[in-house]
Amino acid sequence: MREVAIVSAGMTPFGELWQSSLRDLFVQAAREALDAAQVKRVDGIYVGNMSGGQFVGQEHLGPLMADHLGMAGVPAVRVESACASGGVALRTAFLEVASGMSDLVLAVGVEKMNDGADVTNVLATAADQETEVYHGVTFPGLYAMIARAHMKTYGTTEEDLAAVAVKNHRHGKLNPKAQFRLEVTIEQVMNSSLVAAPLRLLHCSPVSDGAAALLLCPLERAMEFTDRPVKIRGSGFATAPFALADRADPAFLEAVNHSATRAYEMAGVGADDIDVAEVHDCFAIAELCVLEAMGFASPGGAGDLTRSGETTLGGQLPVNTSGGLKSKGHPVGATGIAQAAEIFEQLRGEAGERQVKNATIGLTQNMGGSGASSVVHIFERV
Amino acid sequence: MPSPRYWREIPNRLRLEAARCKGCGKVSYPARLVCPSCNGMAFESIRLSRRATVVTSTVIHVAPADFQMEAPYALAIVQTPEGARMMVQIADCDPADVGPGLEVALEFRRIKQEGQSGILCYGHKGVPAR
Repeated sequence: MREVAIVSAGMTPFGELWQSSLRDLFVQAAREALDAAQVKRVDGIYVGNMSGGQFVGQEHLGPLMADHLGMAGVPAVRVESACASGGVALRTAFLEVASGMSDLVLAVGVEKMNDGADVTNVLATAADQETEVYHGVTFPGLYAMIARAHMKTYGTTEEDLAAVAVKNHRHGKLNPKAQFRLEVTIEQVMNSSLVAAPLRLLHCSPVSDGAAALLLCPLERAMEFTDRPVKIRGSGFATAPFALADRADPAFLEAVNHSATRAYEMAGVGADDIDVAEVHDCFAIAELCVLEAMGFASPGGAGDLTRSGETTLGGQLPVNTSGGLKSKGHPVGATGIAQAAEIFEQLRGEAGERQVKNATIGLTQNMGGSGASSVVHIFERV
Repeated sequence: MPSPRYWREIPNRLRLEAARCKGCGKVSYPARLVCPSCNGMAFESIRLSRRATVVTSTVIHVAPADFQMEAPYALAIVQTPEGARMMVQIADCDPADVGPGLEVALEFRRIKQEGQSGILCYGHKGVPAR
């Protein structure tokens, strides 16, 4: 396998972007990445997207997006793994370049959630229709059951959950592209309305539109496109039992653990080597479970770690410096690419007020459904 | 839901039929073609007990369209004595009283109605054991 680098990134603001369509968002992010590298045409395009079919009635996104980018003719295909679609699109692009099959490959994540669709029902298609959705569960409901199991086993509290939201909003306030650039207090989180007990509104990521793009090429060619490439050192992907009922411990995200282990092995690093991480905080409890499953905290220890400030900017391991899904926004198919775009900026020293000093090695973790799929990438400044 | 799909799910949904793997004894509910534990394909069909224990739970306040009239309602993952786990609503009690360890009876109930003219969807709900 060849070594692979990211040479440029692009990203739309995240939010309720009523003036932009699915294709507009895609083109905007993709062109930003192409223009930054002064590239006119690529060898392949992967579109990370969860559900264009249900959100806006549009499938067959590969050729549609290639065409609107002025690249009809280029191989292009949509990659889907629910909310991990973006991360898996990045992995697929990485594999294509690493294999030697192609040199210049675009990985773009995009989702248009605000266009009239019943968002709760569309997202629920990432859960088990026959055994979960039939009985009236929602995604907040699934993560609430994970939260309650975590509370029962480890004594995790609502304050621990609230601390995740407070921290990520503190970071998001510094991100010009975030959907909610405002700080929230522990009290505001704990007094927000219940969505699925014990999860409240301010424990949940919002409904968002947006897109993000990355341009990949072999490391040996990276200097043709930028003087500061970022190398992809590891990629790990895993699945777990699909329905929450089929997991021995609902509070343990097995796919996250396996995908992280595989990425660490490939990169030859461990959790202690990571300087900055973007993880999948679709709900506050998810960030705690992810930190534990990836070895950043002991089982049950992520609540204390978060409240101690170690995962806040300035701490030992800043997590979700972008604001995370919670504050930055969560256009589901775009999220995995946007996470990598944040790490790309951090490792190039371009993150402005959010900059983690001397960040050399960064990590992204992106997950689908209630944790049935997870993809982890490890990046290094060149 | 198309009626053939509903009809196909009658054995597990209405009769609580599960599959016990003849190779390793793992109980799958609903039945599967391949055992997730040992990859075996030989099963015996069993009827689950109509009682279970709550493993974890939530109370849904913001509900999907089909369930909006029922919110807030308790949902739980429960485990039967045979080791099968399933997601069910917990009814006939204050949703706030539902939590891990609660013993429930599994009762045949209407789950939802699909719109004004859709089919009535039946299944099981947990009711705190008396």
